[in-house]
This record gives sequence, C-alpha cells and structure tokens, in this order.
Amino acid sequence: MGGALRRPSLFAILLGLVPFAGICFSVSLWDRVYPVVFGLPFNFFWLVLWIPLTPLVMWAAYAVEERCHPGDETRKGGPD
Amino acid sequence: MNPSIVSLAIISSIVAVSTVVGFLARYHRQMDLEQWTVAGRGFGLVLVWLLMAGEVYTTFTFLGASGWAYSRGGPVLYILGYQPLIFVVSFYILPLIWEVGRKHRLQTQADFFQVRYGSTYLSAFVALVGVICIIPYLQIQLTGLGLIVEVASFGAIHRTPAMVTGFVLVAAFVLVSGVRGVAWVSVIKDLLLIFAAVFIGIAIPRIYFGGLGAMFTAVVHAKPTHLIMPGATKNLGHTWYVTTVLMIGLTFYMWPQYFAASFTARSGKVLKRNAVIMPLYGITMPLMLCVGFTALLVLPNLSNGDLALLALVRKTFPAWFLGIVGGAGALTAMIPAAIQLLTGATLYAKNLFRPMLAPEMSDQQVAKLAKIMVVVLTLGALIMALYSSLSLVSLYLLGFAGVAQLFPGVVLGLFSKRVTTTGVFAGLVVGIALATFLVLTGRDPYFGWNAGFLALCLNLGVAGLVSALTRVRVAGFEEAVPALAGSPGDGFGSRL
Repeated sequence: MGGALRRPSLFAILLGLVPFAGICFSVSLWDRVYPVVFGLPFNFFWLVLWIPLTPLVMWAAYAVEERCHPGDETRKGGPD
Repeated sequence: MNPSIVSLAIISSIVAVSTVVGFLARYHRQMDLEQWTVAGRGFGLVLVWLLMAGEVYTTFTFLGASGWAYSRGGPVLYILGYQPLIFVVSFYILPLIWEVGRKHRLQTQADFFQVRYGSTYLSAFVALVGVICIIPYLQIQLTGLGLIVEVASFGAIHRTPAMVTGFVLVAAFVLVSGVRGVAWVSVIKDLLLIFAAVFIGIAIPRIYFGGLGAMFTAVVHAKPTHLIMPGATKNLGHTWYVTTVLMIGLTFYMWPQYFAASFTARSGKVLKRNAVIMPLYGITMPLMLCVGFTALLVLPNLSNGDLALLALVRKTFPAWFLGIVGGAGALTAMIPAAIQLLTGATLYAKNLFRPMLAPEMSDQQVAKLAKIMVVVLTLGALIMALYSSLSLVSLYLLGFAGVAQLFPGVVLGLFSKRVTTTGVFAGLVVGIALATFLVLTGRDPYFGWNAGFLALCLNLGVAGLVSALTRVRVAGFEEAVPALAGSPGDGFGSRL
C-alpha cells in the first residue's frame, strides 16, 4: 500500500459545509413558529427537511471523491 | 391478566432473545483481542450501519429527547441539529482513521495517538480520559434501563434490581461475543425502535389532538414561546445552539467507542457510504420530540421530564405495547452500554495498564485483563448509578466536554505535519481542565456559550501555539513506526 493518506478533496469539504450552514449557523433565520409547513412549526420543519437533504449533499461529496480517487490504492502522494 | 406482568414478560423476552443472539454471534470464531474489539475488520455496509446506529442512538436520545421536548421545548432542536452533522464530519475523518488503523493494526483510539505522536504518556493519558468519560455515559444507560423497567412494571420492580439484572446480562454477552454480538443484537433493536417510534410518534398526537398539526397548534396556544429557543429555559438561546451543535457535531466521533467502531469496517469506502446514509436513521428523532410535546399538554405535571415518553405510552396503549416500547428502550440502553464496556476495558488494559505498569504482558494476558475490566467497570458504573450525587445531565455534559478535547489531536494529526506531540498534549490538558472547571462549577453554558466548545477553542489555540514553538518529532503516519501491537512474536509492541 504505502503512500500518503488519501485526504478528501477541497471541493468535497466545501460540500460538507453546506449542511453546517443550513443546520447550524443560520439558526436565527429559521428559528420561528411561522410559517407553519405541513402542520409543523417552521424551525421543526426546517430541521426535519435536512434529514433527507444531508444525505443528498453528502452523496454529491461521495461522487466527487470517487471521481478524484478512482481505483483503490493506485494514487500516490497527497495534497498537504 | 395483571398489566405489569404482561409488559414485563414482553420486555424480558425481548432482552432474552437479544442476549441469545449476542451469544450466537461468536459461533465458530476464535475470540482473540482482534476479533473481540474490531471483529477482524470484516464488517460490510449493513453491519457497520447497524453497529453505528446501535451505539449512537442511546437511551439518552430515546428518553432524553422526548424529555427535553417536554421540559425545555425549543432548545431540544439541538438534537435534530447535531445528528446529521456528526455523520457529515465522519465522512471526512473515519475513512482516514480506518486507513491508518488497517496499516498499523490499531484497535483503540489511544493506539492512534501512540502511532501518530510516538508518546506512550500521551496515549496513556488519552486512554485515561476515554475510560473516565465512558463511566458516566455507562451510568446514563444504566439509569435509563432502571427507569424503563420501573415504569413498565407499573412500579412493581424497583430500578435497582432491574439495573443489576440488565447489566449482568450486558457484561456476560460482551465477554462472550465481543463487538460482533453487539452488531447483531442491533438488528433487533433497530427494527423494534423504528416500529415503536414511527407508531407512537404518529399515533399519540393523533389520538389526543387528531394530528400533528393540531397538536402543535395546541402547544403554541398553551405556551406561545415553548417551541422556539430558548423555550422554557433562560440561557439556552441561539449562541448556545450554535456552539453546542458545533461542539457535538465536530467531536462526536471522539468518543473512543465510536472511534473504534470504524476499525470494524471492511474498507474505507464502507465508512463513506455509511456516512452518506446514516442521517436517514435520524427520522425517528422528530417523532420522539412530538411525543414529548404531546405529553406537555396531556401529562403536564410529571416530576421528571425523562419519564414523558414512557408515561404517555403507558397511559395511552395496552400493556403489551408498553412491553414492546420498554423492550426497545431496554436494548437502546444495553447495546451502547455493551460497546462502552468493551471499549473502556480494552483501553484500560491495552493502553493504560500494560504500557505504564506491566510492559512484559503478552497480548493474551491483555485480552484476559480486558475481560476482567469489563466486570470491574460494570460494578463501578452500578455503584455510581446507585450512589452518585451528580445529576445525569451534568455527567453527560462533563463526559462530552472531556472527549471533545481529543478532537485537535485526531484532526491535526490527520491533516497537519506541523503539529507536535507537546502541542497536542498541552492543548488536551488545558482543554480538559477548563471544561471540568466550567461544568463542575455550574458555568455551562458560560454567558450563553457551550462550556465544552470554549474549552475546545482554548485547546486548539494552545495546541497551535505550542506546536509552533516546539520541534516536530513525528510528522505523520507515514513516518510512524509500523509495528504497534499484536505483531507476531512481539509481546509489547505498543511501547515505541
């Protein structure tokens, strides 16, 4: 095997920031009861929405990673 | 028939069947340390998913989430917030941890520090932090288990004998079947939990209010500010939410048992795929919260918020259904407890006792000592659960704030060549000191900020500063000494 660890690519890491922005940093924008969506208070609805959205974003990150590192152990060296 | 007998019979059958499955999981396998702790690194996507869902969704999420929805309101949303994010973070770090783990045959988190930083003292300290933080977490599972049996038996069985019985079973099946048993029992637990959560989460608001929407409308009418932060609290506002979600989201996999779960995977790809799909399992959590919100209006005067879900199920459904929910609840206490015991015991024997006190021990002796430690830790947690004066929430926060401090050592270790052993050690010590001080003196949150997060910031700052001032001894895993432990013919490989 040998070689450096296969660290994630920058683009994949940027994708990972999307759920952090949507769920964490934006709290003051969505933490309210109205508008009620499907009977749920807005903050509740918003966080429930991210349960399927997060896997979607991360699936994109997975696809990016797969494109960056095709084969398994072929790549040598790593970005530092 | 007496309802307490019905529900207890169902709970005991669920626990009994699960224990048998746990025992059977070792079928025809030689149980050396490698099988016991990391299942020979052979788990595919399904077993890794089950193991991780099994240990991540503990009784604290099961009873605690509805309890917080009941007693605190809006701030409980932090649970919905951090859950998807822990898997986002795991996507980037677990495959790397796995890769290092396979190359250097790591079995524990402290092994990782040993190989990366080349210091037995740092690795022993990491093991010590891990074991100390695991004990309160174990104690939470125990107390949750006792609570479940007490409520489900309609008070007929006191929580003490319930806790003792449950934990004797857990210790026994950890001793016999190791991590593989835990993964298989998770199958039963997950099925039951999903069934129970979906059913009660939808049925309970419907029975009392005609639907989810009507239930929320009623809550808003009764308590207009309950559903937004800070809800029923004074100091759990948006700053607290952001710092808490960041702290838990970033550092969740620093719990030594979750960290080590990544070593069971067959490949790094399995862990990446697992990270993509794991958040979907979290769909049970909003349902738990709905039950808590319903209880707020239906059972407004509970002494303990953690009872909200069970008390409402008991009031609403027949005894056999309470038994199923109680059985699922008992497993959500026992499975994480099993893996916590296994991890704590291995850390103690392999990374603390052997390198510090008995370097001549063989791997077989370490495995034996780890199994003795399972019994010791079980007893310790039982005694603490029976006599401890600290509240569960403060124990949980202390444990979390403590393990969070391992984050810089792991992440800088993976991504930086400039970080030094002294830097990581200094940051860790300072971070733990600050976290302990803030939590134990009741300063969490501190001016609205999560105490563990503040300690983590200081920890990172100190680690960076000291690293800049000291010399690099080991610059990365590429340079690390490959033989760690368990290399044939090398009795004490973990002393570098």
